[in-house]
Amino acid sequence: MHQFDVLVIGGGHAGVEAACAAARMGARTGLVSFDLAAIGAMSCNPAIGGLGKGHLVREVDALDGVIGRAADAGAIHYRMLNRSKGSAVWGPRVQADRVRFKAAVQAMVRAQPNLALVEGEAAALVLKGGAVAGLELADGTILEAGRVILCTGTFLGGVLFRGEERVEGGRIGENAAKRLAQQLRGADLPMARLKTGTPPRLDGRTIDWAVLEEQPSDGEGWTMSPLTLARMNPQVFCAITRTTQAGHDVIRANLDRSPLFSGAIAAAGPRYCPSIEDKIHRFGDREGHQVFLEPEGLDTHMVYPNGISTSLPVDVQETVVRTMPGCARVEIVQPGYAVEYDHIDPRALTPDLQVRAIPGLYCAGQINGTTGYEEAAAQGLVAGLEAAAAALGKAAPRLDRANAYIAVMVDDLTLQGVTEPYRMLTARAEYRLRLRANNAATRLTGLGIEAGCVGEERRAWWERREELRAMFHVKHSERVHSRDLADLGLPVRRDHGEKPLAEWLRFDGVTPEALAPWLGELTACDPGLAEEMAEDAAYAPYLARQDAELRDLRASEALPLPADFPYAQVPGLSNEMVERLTSAAPGTLAAAGRVPGVTPAALSALLVHARRLADGQRAA
Amino acid sequence: MSALPTIFALSSGAPPAGVGLIRVSGPGAGAALQALAGRMPEPRRASLAKLRDAQGALLDAALVLWFPGPNSATGEDLAEFHCHGGRAVIAAVERALAALPGLRRAEPGEFTRRAFANGRIDLAEAEGLGDLLAAETELQRAAALANAGGALSRQVEAWREKVLALSAEVEGVLDFSDEEDAADLPECFTWNIAALAGELREWLARPRSERLGEGFRVVLAGPPNAGKSTLFNALVESEAAITSPIAGTTRDVIERAVAIGGVPFTFVDTAGLREGESGDAVEAIGIDRAKGELSRADLVLWLGPEGAGPQDAWEIAAQADRADFAPKTTAHFTLSAATGKGVGALKAALLDVARDALPRPGEAALNARQHARLSEATEALEGAKALSDPLLVAEELRRARLAFDRLIGRATTEDMLDTLFGRFCIGK
Ligand SMILES: Cc1cc2nc3c(=O)[nH]c(=O)nc-3n(C[C@H](O)[C@H](O)[C@H](O)COP(=O)(O)OP(=O)(O)OC[C@H]3O[C@@H](n4cnc5c(N)ncnc54)[C@H](O)[C@@H]3O)c2cc1C
Ligand SMILES: Nc1nc2c(ncn2[C@@H]2O[C@H](COP(=O)(O)OP(=O)(O)O)[C@@H](O)[C@H]2O)c(=O)[nH]1
Ligand SMILES: [Mg+2]
Repeated sequence: MHQFDVLVIGGGHAGVEAACAAARMGARTGLVSFDLAAIGAMSCNPAIGGLGKGHLVREVDALDGVIGRAADAGAIHYRMLNRSKGSAVWGPRVQADRVRFKAAVQAMVRAQPNLALVEGEAAALVLKGGAVAGLELADGTILEAGRVILCTGTFLGGVLFRGEERVEGGRIGENAAKRLAQQLRGADLPMARLKTGTPPRLDGRTIDWAVLEEQPSDGEGWTMSPLTLARMNPQVFCAITRTTQAGHDVIRANLDRSPLFSGAIAAAGPRYCPSIEDKIHRFGDREGHQVFLEPEGLDTHMVYPNGISTSLPVDVQETVVRTMPGCARVEIVQPGYAVEYDHIDPRALTPDLQVRAIPGLYCAGQINGTTGYEEAAAQGLVAGLEAAAAALGKAAPRLDRANAYIAVMVDDLTLQGVTEPYRMLTARAEYRLRLRANNAATRLTGLGIEAGCVGEERRAWWERREELRAMFHVKHSERVHSRDLADLGLPVRRDHGEKPLAEWLRFDGVTPEALAPWLGELTACDPGLAEEMAEDAAYAPYLARQDAELRDLRASEALPLPADFPYAQVPGLSNEMVERLTSAAPGTLAAAGRVPGVTPAALSALLVHARRLADGQRAA
Repeated sequence: MSALPTIFALSSGAPPAGVGLIRVSGPGAGAALQALAGRMPEPRRASLAKLRDAQGALLDAALVLWFPGPNSATGEDLAEFHCHGGRAVIAAVERALAALPGLRRAEPGEFTRRAFANGRIDLAEAEGLGDLLAAETELQRAAALANAGGALSRQVEAWREKVLALSAEVEGVLDFSDEEDAADLPECFTWNIAALAGELREWLARPRSERLGEGFRVVLAGPPNAGKSTLFNALVESEAAITSPIAGTTRDVIERAVAIGGVPFTFVDTAGLREGESGDAVEAIGIDRAKGELSRADLVLWLGPEGAGPQDAWEIAAQADRADFAPKTTAHFTLSAATGKGVGALKAALLDVARDALPRPGEAALNARQHARLSEATEALEGAKALSDPLLVAEELRRARLAFDRLIGRATTEDMLDTLFGRFCIGK
């Protein structure tokens, strides 16, 4: 088959989700990658989820994506970060066995109907009249498709740094996709450079685990995907060690040998995930930095020391890791390194992740300046759904800042661009209280079913759950007297009066379990849903307050700004603002308000101008 | 794209006046200046010019000014004609301008709206400008000037920065709690929120800017013939009348707005109240019928029998010159409106209390809209202070930021702008 609706280039996390999502929508889809056996490989730390990232995983899963179930299949350690805080910022995170994770991804990809796998190097886009018409492989094969999604990760001009060494290529042992890179550069897309790094891998057999503090897997039975009925693998411990003054001294003495400080790497790295040399340089006064020792799998001795990403020369890396408690005799299996790579300025994309200048070309994943498997997967999903919807004349699920972190990320990327590798943070979501990791299915699965990207299994699960929800609603509206609660020993005043159960759930100490006399066996039917609805009840006053704000937002979302809006002609906009607005080309007035540096006065100038334009067009 | 029309209007007071200032703003301002003055003056330099209409008839010898955009008050090309202020001259110049292609009379608030739209001023400044133009007393002018000059905007910006810093701390705890550095909120965190909330409360407690428009409201009360009207006249006579923006509401009262020493007052004579039955006339008239008036008053001057007036009223022992004068033992003032004795002292005392009750000169004052937004921010901060869940604290801080944004016009809706700019008199 050489004819496709959608072609996806790259079998990383973005590419896998893009290809499967497009295929689920019913598009004839092809996934092209260098090495089919490498599909689903985790380039770095085999951990999935975390703060903000766990939300993305649950959302991709809610739209029937791959990453959540694959994470469960590989998980050898579960941990709910932020457990002590409000549930909206809980961050489900797993440590996955690299091999099992990859096997699960490959199994799902191969089982996906409508999806063909093509091994090869994508060499060039085939363009017709400026729009995408297909793809040429390095061996000369032409694949036809009106939609092509680029998920090539760091393979655009990637250069690897380790001490004084440098190697071209995105990941150790793979080629940089040079021809494609040249073509994109030729197309005059705005590009920029970023860097990221990885720590050395350690041989677990040379670590003295006994002297280290252990961190066990969560005892609770939660999973990444509700379709995973139970945890599947034996659970392993992580351990905690820390860097020491002795190690810091070594790093300081060798700073000039790090490409980050010698000037070899000029690109910006993530502030929230600095290399160890950065940490020592910037926070030199700290006695030590925590390092998590995370086993990479059940059948490997490789250990990932989370927290010491570095590009120092190998001999320095070795000396430094050996100054950490429990690591005096540790052996490095693979040294750490830094990668500098090109990415496309995501402001060149429309909210469906399509390149504005090349209709039919979509970009997703690290190529858009993000970092992380989850961020890549989420973008892949969006691009896959949108490209398939466009090819088939359907509509993709409507995601916005008020219903999905995925949309928060896409909106941030396409309007604000990036100055450092973009990573999801809960702080980026203004409607965080309604965007919880544990209500992702409630928020999105219905939309997915409507759009047609959700399979039979999840749909059945969701429908059962909706029935249960309706029953919870009935129960929650039942009015109960405070006396009866107090009689059960609950911390409410006896004379508080009568209230619906939903309101009682707002009181500290009133849990769904405690309300068993009224909720009966319902809670046991789906404890997760019971908890979710109790949280809804608890957050209700805050959510109600946000409703007014959301109405305002949607009103200004209703005022469209055409892509060719003449910003330069709007009086009172500074050159910088004109530049930013032109690059980001916000689709609506509300979106314009989220472009950085746009002042209130500028917004109203836009408003006046947009209205005048609209009036002029109506009159003409 | 259709070009913006060029607008013009008389922006000084209604003629006749010493000088009439006509402003022209928009792309055609330069051409208008050229057409009337016959030449283009140097930018930002006042020069004298003979103004002529299209037929060459001399209209006036005027001072003309030329401010090319965007560095003008409106952000557009702007021309000013400082004409002689006679009605006929003004009318003739306006006619000549109206006859030029692409020029039309400005709508209310349009100049300010353009300044706002062109990023020359923010919302709080625009409101200040609106108040400034409506200001009739020195005190009103000073307060409006403070807002128009951006004093309030700067203050809000400072608060917003503080809340942003607080937000950053909570967000650190929420998003990076797995790192040791950001595990917990510092101890002073709640204290800092409380301090900020306290500062906002103080602002909220300050007199509002509408108070300047309404003036300090003094009601004269007492039974018939107590001397109320005579004292009323003595108080308002010889003082500059101001046109109160708030229309007189009560039919049974006479009110007069005057400025004393630059401070706006509204004096209310509870005249026209019908007399009640002989015996308890005091009760019936002085208290009950005028209750509404009394409750709206900032201060009641009580001319009736001692102790029978409303609480907090000033006991006035009036008609002190009369032979049958009955002094009050607790009189705030003893005076005679007929002779004027004691009236000066009363005025001085009124001025003192009014100054305290109205916004201070030069101090930015909040109007009702701004007050509402600031209250929201304060409530959010007080909410944050009382919460222990950092997630909800963060939500409350976000709400506070949103309220600040709205205060200075970020995320503001179109309707609000329309209402706001509809308030201005033409030409400013
Ligand atoms: C050194 C390093 C350390 C990292 N550490 C972490 C970490 O600890 N945790 C984390 O979450 N994220 C980490 N990341 C980021 C994470 O790996 C990426 O953000 C994520 O994998 C990006 O996914 P992707 O699908 O966009 O690209 P990738 O996963 O890189 O996938 C790109 C795919 O495209 C294929 N490809 C490229 N060009 C062509 C072509 N021309 N033809 C055919 N196929 C092509 C490649 O073979 C590959 O399969 C790290 C990245 C690097 C480079
Ligand atoms: N001698 C003298 N007569 C006064 C004085 N004030 C009021 N009167 C007279 O008292 C009568 C009632 O006064 P008026 O002001 O109408 O009282 P009101 O009914 O309270 O408004 C009028 O005849 C006034 O001339 C005063 O200070 N001295
Ligand atoms: Mg009278």
